[in-house]
Amino acid sequence: MFMNPIFADVLWLHVPDGFLSPGIAIFCWALALLAVGLAVRNARETFDERLVPLAGVMAAFIFAGQMINFPVAGGTSGHLVGASLAAIVLGPWLGILVMTAVISLQGLLFQDGGLLVMGANILAMGVIPALVTYGLYRLVVARAWRTRLIAVAAFAWLSVMAAALFVALGLGFSGTSSFRLAVPAMLGIHALIGVGEALITVAALSFIMRTRPTLLAESAEAGGKGWIVGGVIVTLLVLLLSPLASSFPDGLEWVAEENGFIHTALDAPYQLLPDYTIPFFGETALSTIIAGIVGALIVAGLTIGVVRLLRTRRHA
Amino acid sequence: MHINVFDHYHEQTTAVHRLDPRVKVVVVVLFILSNALLPDGVWLAYALMGLLIWLAARAANLSMGFLVKRSLIVLPFLLAAITIPFTLPGTTILTFHVGQHALSMSDAGLIRFISIMVRSWLSVLAAIGLTATTPFPDLLHALRHLHVPRVLIAIISFMYRYLFVLADEALRLLRARESRSARSLAGKGGGSIWWRAQVAGSMIGQLLLRSLERSDRVYNAMLARGYRGELLTMTTHEMTSRDWWVGATAVTLLLLIQVGGHTFL
Amino acid sequence: MPIQHLTDSIPATNGRQPTLLVQDLAFHYPDGHEALKGVSLQVAPGEKVALVGPNGAGKSTLMLHLNGLLQGKGVVAVSGLPVEKQNLPLIRSKVGIVFQNPDDQLFSPTVFEDVAFGPLHMGLPEADVRARVARALAQVGMAGFEQRLSHHLSLGQKKRVAIATVLSMDPEILVLDEPSAGLDPRSRRALINLLRDLPQTMLVSTHDMMLVYELFPRTVIMDEGVVVADGATQELLHDAALLEAHGLERPYLVTVTTAG
Ligand SMILES: Nc1ncnc2c1ncn2[C@@H]1O[C@H](COP(=O)(O)OP(=O)(O)OP(=O)(O)O)[C@@H](O)[C@H]1O
Ligand SMILES: [Mg+2]
Repeated sequence: MFMNPIFADVLWLHVPDGFLSPGIAIFCWALALLAVGLAVRNARETFDERLVPLAGVMAAFIFAGQMINFPVAGGTSGHLVGASLAAIVLGPWLGILVMTAVISLQGLLFQDGGLLVMGANILAMGVIPALVTYGLYRLVVARAWRTRLIAVAAFAWLSVMAAALFVALGLGFSGTSSFRLAVPAMLGIHALIGVGEALITVAALSFIMRTRPTLLAESAEAGGKGWIVGGVIVTLLVLLLSPLASSFPDGLEWVAEENGFIHTALDAPYQLLPDYTIPFFGETALSTIIAGIVGALIVAGLTIGVVRLLRTRRHA
Repeated sequence: MHINVFDHYHEQTTAVHRLDPRVKVVVVVLFILSNALLPDGVWLAYALMGLLIWLAARAANLSMGFLVKRSLIVLPFLLAAITIPFTLPGTTILTFHVGQHALSMSDAGLIRFISIMVRSWLSVLAAIGLTATTPFPDLLHALRHLHVPRVLIAIISFMYRYLFVLADEALRLLRARESRSARSLAGKGGGSIWWRAQVAGSMIGQLLLRSLERSDRVYNAMLARGYRGELLTMTTHEMTSRDWWVGATAVTLLLLIQVGGHTFL
Repeated sequence: MPIQHLTDSIPATNGRQPTLLVQDLAFHYPDGHEALKGVSLQVAPGEKVALVGPNGAGKSTLMLHLNGLLQGKGVVAVSGLPVEKQNLPLIRSKVGIVFQNPDDQLFSPTVFEDVAFGPLHMGLPEADVRARVARALAQVGMAGFEQRLSHHLSLGQKKRVAIATVLSMDPEILVLDEPSAGLDPRSRRALINLLRDLPQTMLVSTHDMMLVYELFPRTVIMDEGVVVADGATQELLHDAALLEAHGLERPYLVTVTTAG
């Protein structure tokens, strides 16, 4: 197929349908919706009515940019994933929106990434890289441009690793893959893809620094201080989990434990869903979905709470 | 130069093509969801899901060959699950010897592996069927009717429009690079990795700046035609009773297969 | 925002109000470059005027002022209505600008959506919008292309649809930026016939002197941000010194007819 050479190196972050358990897929969807919702709100505040043409054309740019590769070694080539470049040049909120459009279109039009798992793909290729790259980039914004470029190379690489770890964890918890093998395999492959992304991101940035430095000055302030916190937390998690994750208990057991937990939680004091034992429906399926939704609601609630708290703090 | 390979829509006028895109989107999403909800190893249920696809493909006059060929895109991801037969506990059915190491494959693992593959493949087939029978703009209309946030749809629709324009631009840049450096034709390219990355990076940077300028011009063109911040669209589709019937039948079949998959199939 | 109706907002016209009035218009881009240095120009109803001049003369910049996309110092008025912030919605339905690159003009996935964009955002009901789309596409000879994807069209077809996107707004004046650039001879011929048949008042910028010669009785020459000549095309095209001074060429046919 014509498409394959273009996407071969990025493909691993586009999880197809069927590889994540429904509960995890829906949980990720909920988180992704939350992030995208915030992104729409913040990007609208900044760009107002020009948001739609700007984001649309820039999403098309990321897509076209992914076609521009360069030979690395041994017949492999380096590619742009794009999330890091988008986050730095456009700011994190617009960056997330742009990547969301890219992922949606690739899933809808080319089946490059599934629909039910699209939430997870948006997190992996949009939200997590924005957090890592932009969050950490904020720390070095004031430095000399050479320092900044070297730092961005590291951050872009790290953001690909973070995405890879996230996908590996998703596969592991879904019982699709064994942590013991999925984590090192995903990280290993993406260590290489990350080098391509790092090189090309830095090269593109240095071109922009030379030709249109004002652009970067504007976008550097596009996200609040919260991004630094988010970026540092995600980075720490990646550093912490990468060595640990391969020793996690394997996914199916985890899913079983989760189901057992939900089961007792539902049976015992409260009857959350009285007729959840519709005789035909396997309890596993429904309870997994419920697990996903309940989990997503809790996280969403927590996030909204924290955001509110930070807001009132800032205004006070 | 046109990049039409991106479009997988097959222009025809079959009953499936004429179906309201909302119905197709909802049915395909439910198909994928119920696929994911089916337990491992319910082969008969998978076969029935496959039968649904086959019937829809026939009604849409799409060859299975086309669907299958396009679905190979998920093939590389198969590797992600390849470890399952060897790590899931169960009765050992096969043992490989690699040097001094022995790899044993369990029955439960193999069943799960094949189930994952089949379910994933069926889902991809359904999604391909959707794009092959629905023009992309109609798909976007359907999503808008289904209350996906307008801003997102609008962004995706602009992306779709400019995908082709910018991909053309990228191809022109690539061709210019090729014609200037004969060495890169061999696939190796001259200079150090960093130098090669810089060439590609400059092309991407250039494309980025041009795209930003283009988005300004597009914005101007929108303003010139009365855009004031809110994108209006027309209602392009009406649900007919036929659409309702087809949708209801498909959902019922999916429910039946789902129930069957969890009880007796 | 409410849509103002034509009858409410047009000031009483005294006799022949020019469709387009530009007076002492000056503008510099944010980077300081002075693109317009006092441009004055009038276009009467029904007139078809060519706007020529070398690259960078300021033609496109001037056009962006005609519907308020750029706002400089001086006066711009369309049918007596000054181009000011509160008039912009109305002005934009009166001035149909077609930009040079149809890929910028056609930003919707399908031809129908693009041609419908203008009337829809003018606040017209859907039935009217449909009727206008059908009429505009018929006018440019693209009826039946409604559901086609814009990126599948040839350049000539794109240019026609681009014109339809403003015709559907029923503008009082058509402003076209280099409509014939990049067209092959046949598409160019088709475009010339189309422009000839359109009844609207027109201001057309171009480097295509044959087009000027064939279609426009009047020509305005711009250079370095000012109007350097404005008069009957026949006369201007025979003034070799003037043409040369502003980097323009007399079309071959004119040369032949003058010689013979
Ligand atoms: N966005 C901009 N920022 C700064 N300068 C600009 C911008 N756009 C145009 N200019 C400058 O303004 C001047 C007039 O440009 P304009 O595009 O109006 O010329 P034109 O007559 O349309 O030329 P052409 O025949 O090449 O289309 C040029 O010198 C150009 O470089
Ligand atoms: Mg111009």
